[in-house]
Amino acid sequence: MSEQLLKLREIRKSFGENEVLKGVSLDVKAGEVVSIIGASGSGKSTFLRSINALEMPQSGFMEFEGLSFDFRPASRFFPTPSQLQSLRARVGMVFQSYNLWPHMTVLENVTHAPIRLLKLPRARAIEEAEALLSRIGLFEKRHSYPSRLSGGQQQRVAIARALAMKPRLMLFDEVTSALDPELVHEVLVLMASLASEGMTMLLVTHEIAFARDVSSRVLFFDKGVIAEEGPPDILRHPESDRLKQFLHRILHDDVGHSFSNDQGQGAQA
Amino acid sequence: MSGFIEEVQLYGPGFLEAAWTVFGLTILTIVVSWACGLLAALAQRSKWKSARVAAGFYIWFIRGTPTLIQVFIIYFGLPQIGIRLSPFTAGVIALGINSGAYVAEIVRGGLNAIPRGQNESALALGFSPSETMRTIILPQVFRIILPAVTNEAISTLKNTSLLSTITVVELTLYAQTLIAATFRPFEFYIAVAVIYLLLTTILTFVASWLERRYANLG
Repeated sequence: MSEQLLKLREIRKSFGENEVLKGVSLDVKAGEVVSIIGASGSGKSTFLRSINALEMPQSGFMEFEGLSFDFRPASRFFPTPSQLQSLRARVGMVFQSYNLWPHMTVLENVTHAPIRLLKLPRARAIEEAEALLSRIGLFEKRHSYPSRLSGGQQQRVAIARALAMKPRLMLFDEVTSALDPELVHEVLVLMASLASEGMTMLLVTHEIAFARDVSSRVLFFDKGVIAEEGPPDILRHPESDRLKQFLHRILHDDVGHSFSNDQGQGAQA
Repeated sequence: MSGFIEEVQLYGPGFLEAAWTVFGLTILTIVVSWACGLLAALAQRSKWKSARVAAGFYIWFIRGTPTLIQVFIIYFGLPQIGIRLSPFTAGVIALGINSGAYVAEIVRGGLNAIPRGQNESALALGFSPSETMRTIILPQVFRIILPAVTNEAISTLKNTSLLSTITVVELTLYAQTLIAATFRPFEFYIAVAVIYLLLTTILTFVASWLERRYANLG
């Protein structure tokens, strides 16, 4: 029985007239890998971004590792700036567009937050960052600037940068969507290995094969609500018509295509 | 006609001192203008409306009025309300505030050029907004705006000649003094022009050295 890590209740968010999240609730246990799929505009990214309050929900409740928030604006438990920082320091996030800092080397990108925020001694932070970079196969690139790296390499560094904070939870927001097809694989492999080590992960993804093979649970977002939820098997045997239609639209003929098979074959264009 | 060497020996030290004054005025003015410019640019994106309005007014007023009038307001106007400044100090403040409005616009453009994701990735790691600004955003802005602030610094340097009107003994006023005594405006104004040219050239070299130093990043 693993511990409850994250609890979200009735999260709501509108942009002007447009209600993007219509009261979404979710429980995540430590070690779970939850994939979030859905059409663009379904609210899945907004939901992910509301977990570390990059998008501040307009109402709803949240519990994470001793922090509890009530997002109603006048609430006594509305997150303070320092609570937000403390939440974000423990929740890693990786973005579609990598967002590495171009004025810092790979190593500086990875050590900046641990040195400044965790107050690690520089030598220790460098040691840990170098271990992370070795693990993702980019130790040799540690003194390069991000502009010298491929998209896949940059995204792996972005993952390492988040991991350097030793997060309890990792959020991945369509992290392979901006990558050239041949670079997607190396990033997915890294994410799969994190998952297998027990990292708790929430990922918004279009990689259906990956979601099916790696996640412990799948959420299907539609029009601001979780329209279907269940084990990865729902991607093979969807119940709701909306999920059936969605899968039909995005999968076409490569339903049999599997992420694990890909891993065996290595990267192929 | 006396020899060129003798002329240089006679007037050189005076010109050197005046050039030194211009150099000092310029450096101090740049410091003031960067401070004003950064403050105004940040105020423009503040969540407080009063800060945005104040910054907008500052930029509007400064850009819409002649620099010389601004200098006069600081040097001749302020004593009327009890603030008496030395010509040098008044000059630095007036030109600094003036150039700050232009620097603010440059910084604003630089800030707009930084993708939103740079800010978000820092916030998502737990950095405060101010630390994000200081360690992630501004260092990148600095690289982007370096060529534009160099231009602004050069124009600041040339604007110091306006301070001859409030008795700062810089190059222009020094030359005028000599001309009044010798009636040789042609040589002296050309000499002054050459010295200004030398100073702006040095400034350009420093700036291009800085640009080269940071060019390989990103």
